[in-house]
Amino acid sequence: MEAPILQIAGLRAVFRIAGRDIAAVQDIDLEIGSGETVALVGESGSGKSVTSLSIMGLLAKKIGHIADGRISIRRRDGSVTELTGLDAEQLRRVRGNDIGMVFQEPMTSLNPVYTIGEQIAEPIRIHLGKSHREAAAEAVRLLTQVGIPDPARRAKQYPHELSGGMRQRATIAMALACNPTLLIADEPTTALDVTIQAQILDLLADLQAERGMGILFVTHNLGVVAEIADRVAVMYAGRIVETGPVSEVFARPRHPYTIGLMRSVPRLGQATALKAAGTPLPTIAGNVPSLAMLPKGCSFAPRCPMAIDACRAAVPPLFQVSQTQASRCIRWEEL
Amino acid sequence: MLSFIARRCATGLLMLVALSLLIFVLLRLAPGDPIDAYINPSVPMSASDLETLRDRLGLDQPLPLQYFGWLRAALSGDFGYSIQRSGVRVLPLVMERIGPTALLMGMGLAIAIVVGIAAGIYSAVRRNAWPDIAMSVLSFIGISSPAFLTALLGLYFFSVLLRWAPSGGMQTAGAPFSISDVLAHLILPACLLSIGHAALIMRYMRASLLEVLNQDYVRTARAKGVREFWVIIKHATRNALLPVITLIGSTVGIAIGGAIFLESVFNWPGMGLLLVNAVGTRDYPVIMGATLVIGICVILVNILTDVAYAFVDPRIQVA
Ligand SMILES: Nc1ncnc2c1ncn2[C@@H]1O[C@H](COP(=O)(O)OP(=O)(O)O)[C@@H](O)[C@H]1O
Ligand SMILES: [Mg+2]
Repeated sequence: MEAPILQIAGLRAVFRIAGRDIAAVQDIDLEIGSGETVALVGESGSGKSVTSLSIMGLLAKKIGHIADGRISIRRRDGSVTELTGLDAEQLRRVRGNDIGMVFQEPMTSLNPVYTIGEQIAEPIRIHLGKSHREAAAEAVRLLTQVGIPDPARRAKQYPHELSGGMRQRATIAMALACNPTLLIADEPTTALDVTIQAQILDLLADLQAERGMGILFVTHNLGVVAEIADRVAVMYAGRIVETGPVSEVFARPRHPYTIGLMRSVPRLGQATALKAAGTPLPTIAGNVPSLAMLPKGCSFAPRCPMAIDACRAAVPPLFQVSQTQASRCIRWEEL
Repeated sequence: MLSFIARRCATGLLMLVALSLLIFVLLRLAPGDPIDAYINPSVPMSASDLETLRDRLGLDQPLPLQYFGWLRAALSGDFGYSIQRSGVRVLPLVMERIGPTALLMGMGLAIAIVVGIAAGIYSAVRRNAWPDIAMSVLSFIGISSPAFLTALLGLYFFSVLLRWAPSGGMQTAGAPFSISDVLAHLILPACLLSIGHAALIMRYMRASLLEVLNQDYVRTARAKGVREFWVIIKHATRNALLPVITLIGSTVGIAIGGAIFLESVFNWPGMGLLLVNAVGTRDYPVIMGATLVIGICVILVNILTDVAYAFVDPRIQVA
């Protein structure tokens, strides 16, 4: 069997805060096959960005680092590389080359003083050793592929001359410039309005069908998960609490947090109806616990309607619910 | 870009007109008959000659008309004669001093810009390491010590005590002209001129780069696999330079003050020395001529600064 594109085992990433190492994510196991899209969902602060930055080796130096676990990827040439064993220079050669990344804010993630074409051409020159002229031509081709009309002219423009949706297309072109095996998209549509968001999701699906790369799609929007992902991993307070194929998890969630999350997502049109009626959207009661003071046992227990004493005794392991679905809830059988 | 430069030159021209008006009014406020400024004292003039000159200069006309007459004369390069040095026209006197002053200021500012920006980048990248803290202390001293103190101390230490550099002038008296000789005379006053500006540029550069290093596009550059050196230089520094360019532009005007002072300390044959001597002897035509030429230079530098800014920041053309 072909090795997966991305394999994460037992990842723990910590931040040094006030002299103490605090785990922002822990016990993370995740696999992405080629042509597969895995969504990482969870409320803000649950550790989604830390997970993706860990893969890239881009945790803020001096404050954050990977304390434990292994991350390996399958590269373009088919070889499997363990990223956690690489030095800074080797890791730099993987970034933008075998792994591309798209960030949330298209407004601020492009450099205002360089043209779009130059910013897309840069990784092509760095990693593929192409000349300025070849890389510039390739940048225009990439702009065509991400559906930007009049790409030759757009390549010569600066970020401020493009709309938000156009810019996000440009950053996707930039991330895919070296034909990576893995694309990490950290909330790529969160800053965009709904129609543009749908267009970007379609674009990503099309590009994946053409190129067959694996996608790690970070979002807090379950609607987007349903739209784009094959599998989903739900994160809470730095841990994956439920994982499985999107169809299975959505049909029958096996963790109270997933259930709460799904309940708080309004169906299309329902949100406006609720707002008109003056009823607030249903939310999960309580707050995300501070990472520095995680409760003993299950982190979700303080907010969980089903919590019992056993929940507070020890952190539950991931229970295999089916061949493909797993839940970190000791009462999964009752759900 | 061209229309931007044209617009900028137009405002520069307006500033120049305002400056000339100011200088003219000052000239008229000076004691004595303004015609004195235009008479070559070494050539005796008859009363009728005086009348002709007065007529030609329009000194019997109302002030606004006089202003235009003076402006026309000034535009054609006629700033009159030096009162102090008989028979010497002001314009060539001023012109021959531009070179040395430009050399001193150019060298001083070049040192300040290179040292200030390099030190600022280093400090920001290695923030809170000991070299950063040492440089912060040094720059604080550099900014807060008065120019006359650094000039005199520098002169005393490096010329008098250590004898590393000549103590004044632009060339060794009697020796044939050589570039190395001029450089040897130049280096100490230029370095002393640069201290305060280098310190200020460094503080700005450090603060600006620290802010830029937190920007999303710097993270994007790292995510593309750009080498850390180029992340700093290409992606961060070019953005961080924007406020520093503005600072450098406004620094030039201040540097002129410093240069005037240093020229008299080091006996450097530039505009500053000319101006200080002219003020001492109330040589109004020279003061006016020199001031106008300095003003033109400052306005030119400001235009250049704005053009440089527009060159570094593509967004400027929209505004
Ligand atoms: N630079 C940082 N310094 C300290 N703590 C951080 C830093 N970045 C993230 N964290 C911590 O990691 C947790 C997870 O953050 P993040 O992965 O950004 O969440 P999200 O799921 O919203 O992307 C946060 O609660 C925060 O406390
Ligand atoms: Mg995030």
